[in-house]
Amino acid sequence: MIPELGHFALVLAFALALVQVLASFAGVSTKNDRLANMAAPAALAQFICVGTAFVVLTISFLSSDFSLNLVADNSHTAKPWLYKLSGVWGNHEGSMLLWVLILAGFGAMVAYGTRSLPQDLKNRALCVQGLVGLVFLAFVLFTSNPFLRLDPAPFEGLGLNPVLQDPALAFHPPLLYVGYVGLSVAFAFAVAALWRGEVNAAWARFVRPWILLSWSALTIGIALGSWWAYYELGWGGWWFWDPVENASLMPWFVATALLHSAIVTERREGLKAWTVFLAMTAFAFSLLGTFLVRSGVLTSVHAFANDPARGVFILAILAVTVGGSFALFAWRAPLLKSDAIFAPISRESALLFNNLLLTVCAATVLIGTLYPLVLEAITGEIISVGPPYFNSTVLPLAIPLLLAVPFGPLLAWKRGDMRGVTQRLMLVAFITIGVMILTFVLTRSSPGFAFLGIGLGTWMVLGSAKDLIDRVKLARLPFATSLRRAAGLPRAAYGTGLAHAGLGIMIIGISGAGSLHDDHVAVLAAGQSLNLGGYELQLDTTGLYEGPNYYSEYGDFTVSQNNRVVDQLRAERRIYPAEGQATTEVGMHATLWGDFYVILGEEQDNGSGWAVTAAIHPLVRWIWFGALFMCFGGLLSMSDSRFRIGAPRGAKARQTGNTAS
Amino acid sequence: MRRRTRRLVMIGSAGATLALAAVLILTALSQKITYFYGPSDLLAAAAPPVGAVRLGGLVEEGSVVRGQGLTVQFSVTDGVASVPVRFDGSLPDLFRERQGVVTEGVYGGDGIFQAHEVLAKHDETYMPREVVEALQRSGEWRGPDPSDPAADEDRAE
Repeated sequence: MIPELGHFALVLAFALALVQVLASFAGVSTKNDRLANMAAPAALAQFICVGTAFVVLTISFLSSDFSLNLVADNSHTAKPWLYKLSGVWGNHEGSMLLWVLILAGFGAMVAYGTRSLPQDLKNRALCVQGLVGLVFLAFVLFTSNPFLRLDPAPFEGLGLNPVLQDPALAFHPPLLYVGYVGLSVAFAFAVAALWRGEVNAAWARFVRPWILLSWSALTIGIALGSWWAYYELGWGGWWFWDPVENASLMPWFVATALLHSAIVTERREGLKAWTVFLAMTAFAFSLLGTFLVRSGVLTSVHAFANDPARGVFILAILAVTVGGSFALFAWRAPLLKSDAIFAPISRESALLFNNLLLTVCAATVLIGTLYPLVLEAITGEIISVGPPYFNSTVLPLAIPLLLAVPFGPLLAWKRGDMRGVTQRLMLVAFITIGVMILTFVLTRSSPGFAFLGIGLGTWMVLGSAKDLIDRVKLARLPFATSLRRAAGLPRAAYGTGLAHAGLGIMIIGISGAGSLHDDHVAVLAAGQSLNLGGYELQLDTTGLYEGPNYYSEYGDFTVSQNNRVVDQLRAERRIYPAEGQATTEVGMHATLWGDFYVILGEEQDNGSGWAVTAAIHPLVRWIWFGALFMCFGGLLSMSDSRFRIGAPRGAKARQTGNTAS
Repeated sequence: MRRRTRRLVMIGSAGATLALAAVLILTALSQKITYFYGPSDLLAAAAPPVGAVRLGGLVEEGSVVRGQGLTVQFSVTDGVASVPVRFDGSLPDLFRERQGVVTEGVYGGDGIFQAHEVLAKHDETYMPREVVEALQRSGEWRGPDPSDPAADEDRAE
């Protein structure tokens, strides 16, 4: 009975979305405010209905109701509750329901969480948002219904893929979806603005918190996925330029560009059409990502043809959304005149430079991701485009962008003083060169260009700090005055600093882990040891134990450095009988300067021991620390008071907050 | 600077970036991609492919020699032809005989495929789709058409 309630709620949500679209569209077109204002309550009701459906599905998973096809296929009674919960979205149907839930949640937030939003813009945005919701609800109901029953119900479920039974991965899809779907709000606002034929600073101020929210969620979501791959898949990699990863990276690039171009629209009323274009493109990329991951087209063009209903449906959504919104753009964009003049050396030009490189990066990744599919469809040749392609295209484009990061916030609007900015960054440059020399000396035994990447990251971290130091006039005014100035700085200034510094930290991590890693494989019997990078790893014992839904072969290791024991590690190979699968659980000795990583391999036939792989990943954790900083910076910017105060700011306020972004 | 000059600077730098990107992409697409071969294709190739390629098929029954130090040897077959593969390192958890496998490496003149990466999926019933297609080409495929969109590959390097 309860699952039928969920199914019914979903159908009701579909009807409400239809009401939301029709009422707001008719109301706005006929200037009938009472009709148009129905959009907000409809959005809230739609959210409540989808929420009910989601709660019902969650209850079915938690109570292991195997009469539901989805639960039987993806859950198991022996599974810990966290993974019963994450099992809700660990499959196609449930994850699409989560997608729709977040979409409806954002719709409700637009309807009731933004009081200063002009009613007309809100109704138009809700109309677009409702249309997206309608289409995706149709997708869930007609191709991916999570509430299908099984008769007779099995006694036991098939289980969740064991590699997915992991805390980081439990929260990876929801965060990623908040990012993807948050971009739908920017999209709705962009289409609404085209519909009205007007984009102004206030519009940008309404959209920016949404962009910041989805960007922050996307950043941390991607980082969680990478963190999971690093320790769960068991070979120490953290980024593979795999199509599924690229599917989330492309919207991230475009969202980052959008984040910056919207600043120009907000501050200088410039780049209006471009910002609207990016908002639509960013959402198109999140739809493309959903399509790539959900349709099976990545596995094979042929696999896609085997089960076409879902793929074709999402492809149709993608085509209509992209085609429709870009046609609207072509028709209405000439109305969006920007009269800002761009001097080549100015804050706005720096932001434009950022946009140029970020969009080109997104295009590069797009081409690399789609090329194998296109080639296979046309010639039948099977190729794979992997890290060599992406490293040799994205890196040369990213390096000038990263080098320019510290300059951006220091340049003034309208007419920047490059000479002055360069002088202000002199000290930072000297320290950076010092760090590079030091790194070069410390890492001279290993080949590679780690010192360049670490220098680049240092440059970005210190450059971001320098901006904040200058703004509070630290050491130039009495400390108490600086402190007061620091308290008075807008949160957005700290947000920018944190996010840019976070990116620098991430670059340091990527450089260290990417070019300084080292590994060693050996056969060890109990009591034997191997040496790597100043560490000694000894295999103490091996054994077997039984977990809640798996059994495990394990090895216990002692890690020592200079004959002092620094850590005890356990590396395992787990077998999940319900799913018939195995996973590797690595042992890690983690420090800020790097991880010592142990993988237990196979036992030798002649009983002489176990194959053991030890690896060192220097600075690897900085990658995810950096992402945390970036996410936190984004959220801090989002909480900036100017986004909550709808009224235009006075000239004085604008002056002091001028360099905030 | 006059408005026109400014615009020229902007358009010029945008054009230069796009040109650079185009050059990078085209160069990379012509040099940095990896071709896939089935065992029959690899043996039938007029000259051994230069650089790294992927070889996929089934792990031939009885061909796996492991547990002898760190080098593992096995043969990849499509039922018609078979290519010996050598790999130094730990194999993925679900590497089994008669299972689908994709390896990446170099096919040397000695007739042995030296793999630097072995990919197998975290699922007993999974078969890499390139393998299925290679088997279908050689007429050895006897299963349903598999399609698994969530192909998490398990690799070892």
